[in-house]
Amino acid sequence: MLQDKDRIFTNLYGLHDPMLKGARSRGDWDATKAILEKGREAIVEEVKASGLRGRGGAGFPTGLKWSFMPKQSDRPCYLIVNADESEPGTCKDRDIIRHDPHKLVEGCLVAGFAMGACAAYIYIRGEFANEAKVLQAAIDEAYAAGLIGKDACGSGYVFDVFLHRGAGAYICGEETGLLESLEGKKGMPRLKPPFPAAVGLYGCPSTVNNVESIAVAPAIMRRGAAWFNSLGRPKNSGPKVFCISGHVNKPCNVEEELGIPLRELIDRYAGGVRGGWDNLLAVIPGGASVPVIPKSVCDDVLMDFDSLREARSGLGTAAVIVMDKSTDIIKAIARLSKFYMHESCGQCTPCREGTGWMWRVMTRMVEGRAEVPEIDTLDQVTRQIEGHTICALGDAAAWPIQGLIRHFRPVMEERIAAYKARTPMRMAAE
Amino acid sequence: MSDVVQPASFAFDAESEAAIPPILAKYPPGKQASAVIPLLYLVQGQMKRQTGSAWVPTAGMDEVARRLDMAPIRVYEVATFYFMFNLRPIGTWHLQVCTTTPCWLRGSDDVVATCRAATGIQGWGETSADGVFTMTEVECVGGCVNAPIIQVNDDFYEDLDAESTQRLLDALRRGEPPKPGSMKGRQTSAPEGGPTTLTSLQFEG
Amino acid sequence: MAKVTVDGIEVEVPNGSSVLQACEAAGKEIPRFCYHERLSIAGNCRMCLVEIEKAPPKPISSCTYPVADGMVVHTDSPMVRNGRRGVMEFLLINHPLDCPICDQGGECDLQDQAMGYGMDHSRYAENKRAVKDKNLGPLVKTVMTRCIHCTRCIRFISEVAGVPDLGATSRGEHMEVGTYVERALGSELSGNIIDLCPVGALTSKPYAFVARPWELSKIDSVDVLDAVGTNIRIDARGPEVLRILPRLNEDVNEEWLGDKSRFALDGLRRRRLDRPWVRRAGKLIEASWSEAFAAIAERLRGVPGERIGAIAGDLCDAESMLALKDLMVALGSANLDCRQDGAHLNASRREFYAFNSTIGGLDEADAILLIGTNPRREAPVLNARIRKRWLAAGIPIGLIGSETDLTYRVQQLGTAPNVLNALEEGFRKRLNDAGKPMVTVGQAALARPDGSAVLAAAWRLAASVGALTAEWHGFNVLHTAAARVGGLDLGFVPGANGRSLAQMMDGGVDVLWLLGADEFDTTRIGANTFVVYQGHHGDAGAARADVILPGAAYTEKPGTYVNTEGRVQRGFLAVYPPGDAREDWKILRAFSELVGHKLPYDTLDALRARLEQVNPAFGRIGFLPRFGGTDLSAPAGDPAALSDVPFAPAIADYYQTDPISRASPTMAACTATFAATPLVAAAE
Repeated sequence: MLQDKDRIFTNLYGLHDPMLKGARSRGDWDATKAILEKGREAIVEEVKASGLRGRGGAGFPTGLKWSFMPKQSDRPCYLIVNADESEPGTCKDRDIIRHDPHKLVEGCLVAGFAMGACAAYIYIRGEFANEAKVLQAAIDEAYAAGLIGKDACGSGYVFDVFLHRGAGAYICGEETGLLESLEGKKGMPRLKPPFPAAVGLYGCPSTVNNVESIAVAPAIMRRGAAWFNSLGRPKNSGPKVFCISGHVNKPCNVEEELGIPLRELIDRYAGGVRGGWDNLLAVIPGGASVPVIPKSVCDDVLMDFDSLREARSGLGTAAVIVMDKSTDIIKAIARLSKFYMHESCGQCTPCREGTGWMWRVMTRMVEGRAEVPEIDTLDQVTRQIEGHTICALGDAAAWPIQGLIRHFRPVMEERIAAYKARTPMRMAAE
Repeated sequence: MSDVVQPASFAFDAESEAAIPPILAKYPPGKQASAVIPLLYLVQGQMKRQTGSAWVPTAGMDEVARRLDMAPIRVYEVATFYFMFNLRPIGTWHLQVCTTTPCWLRGSDDVVATCRAATGIQGWGETSADGVFTMTEVECVGGCVNAPIIQVNDDFYEDLDAESTQRLLDALRRGEPPKPGSMKGRQTSAPEGGPTTLTSLQFEG
Repeated sequence: MAKVTVDGIEVEVPNGSSVLQACEAAGKEIPRFCYHERLSIAGNCRMCLVEIEKAPPKPISSCTYPVADGMVVHTDSPMVRNGRRGVMEFLLINHPLDCPICDQGGECDLQDQAMGYGMDHSRYAENKRAVKDKNLGPLVKTVMTRCIHCTRCIRFISEVAGVPDLGATSRGEHMEVGTYVERALGSELSGNIIDLCPVGALTSKPYAFVARPWELSKIDSVDVLDAVGTNIRIDARGPEVLRILPRLNEDVNEEWLGDKSRFALDGLRRRRLDRPWVRRAGKLIEASWSEAFAAIAERLRGVPGERIGAIAGDLCDAESMLALKDLMVALGSANLDCRQDGAHLNASRREFYAFNSTIGGLDEADAILLIGTNPRREAPVLNARIRKRWLAAGIPIGLIGSETDLTYRVQQLGTAPNVLNALEEGFRKRLNDAGKPMVTVGQAALARPDGSAVLAAAWRLAASVGALTAEWHGFNVLHTAAARVGGLDLGFVPGANGRSLAQMMDGGVDVLWLLGADEFDTTRIGANTFVVYQGHHGDAGAARADVILPGAAYTEKPGTYVNTEGRVQRGFLAVYPPGDAREDWKILRAFSELVGHKLPYDTLDALRARLEQVNPAFGRIGFLPRFGGTDLSAPAGDPAALSDVPFAPAIADYYQTDPISRASPTMAACTATFAATPLVAAAE
């Protein structure tokens, strides 16, 4: 169990002053210059050694990602911070931005310096209008205090931080969709290769990182990779902000170690499942995109990248959506299908056409107005989308349904049978 | 779009004009197209000031295109791609009701029903007869541990139920929007009853 | 080069190629909808999936994936087949089952690929999507429910045509291709999106429900409605030309075709001259061929050669022009002119009147000066090539002429010829610094009193900035008439002491033979001049004629045409001329015999041998070697004569420039649509 002293986001709940004065009292911007003086290589190595894996969902090693940036570049390089937090169930970056914005701004400088970036663009989802105001105020403070800008922290390094608001498109959380959007276009993901580290924002080398990944970087540099690595589990190191929503007694955000048992996370911090653990039906453990896991798996699964992957789900954004036995699980997943249909950008055929197809079938499945073999058809449709698109939204749309069919097929069949029983004399040719 | 009465022209007012240079300064020379979303926000905000309804008329898109040296169609594409740009006039209070699974699990159906009953609005995207409310179904707004949520214009109202939704709507109708955040009085994303972590730390300030 | 193994076949392709290109090199056909070799890569249709060993274990879109040395690709594995079948199913679920009433039927990529990858039944039980049709103007018909969102049309219109009118608005399954605000596509190349559309979403409006592709005979030919010499395919059924499509020719038109050349064909059925006419007592009376010939012969009797003249029009094939010239010479006349617009074209050296850099040479030009020309109106396909070069290399392009949107950025250097006396230093330097600079003169610069001076000044400028070297010929004349270079090549200009067109006016000759000549002011022909009009349309020339001899339009005869570059190309007969109309050279051959000057050729081959004898250039069909400019001596022209009168446009209305397009209701509709609409600004 993580102790307060090892928590990074010490103002997670906004009980204290989020602005510069308060931030300094919590240790932010403390001798940042000394961190920069260690040099680019040293910072990247330290972050690599910490084992930090991207907090935005994919879990790619952050230090390694930074190392892909060119050592020398005649073009400007950019750090792009993905603050387009839109994965259903996820609301952790929101707290960092509104309550600990200086952790993010300082992280931008440290990470940006480490990858030789001249500027950071923070792409924040449009709905976070108030959060954007806080963050902009923090950026303005940092400029005024000389922490960023012409001579960041007195290091001589020139570094800008710009805030850019999105306008309501989940797909802009996909890193290349985000770059397109930032360039003033529709957020349609780009073809890869080339990867952003070679051709990113404005065609320049760029790295896109999640808010949390960037905001923890200064702490890693201050406390050391070994400290970070001592938390969590091997290859799944460090603390992490979890979001626990749904059918729990006390939904909340909480920073805990990776690898904490799911049950402990829910029981200790979220007041337990509504009606008790045995009233648990299923959990979506990492945001809407990861497959649902039934109670039997929830009983002892650990909350980290590798454990959840072994359970054929994923840590994703560590957004735990809890569903008790009162839940119409088909409807819960159908609503996610609607989400993906709404958020599909529309460029790839399988996703554009398939997300609508899946949602329509799911809508019938909720009523039971379907035939049993259609469950197999639905499963096949998810597999025709998965892996066939430019970006991972197609996969994300497919997985929740695959999880549903994998674990709750009997429920779907019962629903169909019940519908048939209710409406026995249907005309064959409707 | 054909049923929307479009203004024949749009020009940025002094307040919007003042906001444009700092926006453009964020992007490198020649990359001013990056400012298309911010400028569309300016259009929407100015329409709110001038007409009471936050929306983006086609003439506003054309003006943005002109300012940013973009083909108008590229601006139309952006304005129609992003969900937060209202392409038709909306009411004074834009009730953006989240119904995605985390909100639904926590009772967004009740919130929706209360909104419908209180405003008389039946279909999504419609505006009440008195022009006070527009109800839009939105996807996850990113406050899931405080579900269910309505975003009213820019502000999140969280931890809603039927009763607090009614209270919120009444206040809005009176023109007295309550303080945004949890309608239950929770401390942001901390568990109800107060934080169980971060309790052992002391900070100055 | 990268060595790639495709289905066991080893091929070498250049580094940077796509896997799709490697597959094609190995002879493997890859199905595709969004990919098009002349457009940017979108990678969105997901049909071109292949399996690549040691790549991510999923099907990969071959159009987007770069090759690597040693790559092993499978195009027909179970993973590939399943992937493509899946994509096909998705494409079809919302595609209407209206093939029986779809004009794309029979030549539809989706239909074709569905044969290979489609299922025999639909598993989609939900309602299909319906999308509102868009009005894109008089040429392109839309059935947007059929759209599969490949975005080829959007990419063509913004990238190649350079008129960013089309886009995809909204997102996900609501994404719609269109203009958002209703407007007609403001591009002279808009018809190409019909060819590019892989389904029946964009079809030809005038051709709607006219024919099925398998009913059509398909004849290769050459377009004559501008001077580019676009290679075309004429689709006909029975006596009617129903459709004209571009044919691939990398050196000329790539695979594009201008809208006028594509859509003016309904003018071929209207206002046709399908029998001879003879004017009696001031009225044109229907006549037989022998009556018409007799009337001319009678009028010619006793008229000395120098009182006879001939003017060749803009659409003429070289064969008929030569036959007419030979006839005139036999009659003792040197009064010949093919320059209806009075352009001061200098026929003394081919370099003085041809687009010497060649159209393909545009791909190498690194600075271009346009003088008195609007290539967008005068030669849209060539203009697209300039734009392509501009997009690829950002070359400087200067314009002396009225300001207009050419779809690329131009530096406006003035509007009148005297600018050439003191060309802006900055631009002169850019021409000087360029390795392959290009000076291009349009007809508007030549068809004016100081035309010779402009021609000479432009040549001198080209010489002085290094545009004329052993390797590069950067002096170009851009023509608007398909017949012009051919006419100049065979010397259809005044001979010794011969009269020019202007000199033949106002009674300068007693008998005037107009070979399809309608583009000059016929009211200036002397009242007592006897006019023979030989041609295919009842236009300006026929209205003034005393005898009308019905000829054949370009679709109705085999003919040789020389495009603005000097490229000799041949068209073939697609349909027979209507009624009593005949191939033009045959008319002249028959008449010559009647007046005792039998032309020495009885067959087309013999006439063509004569053509080659007159100018060996006619013996080189299709191919045009690149050449440099080594003889720097300039055409005659007095630099002091350059005036300050601005250049007027050579073409007032792109859509109606000749008897065929003036007879075309479709072109009239375009004129009505676009006359009021100014050109769209801002090159993207």
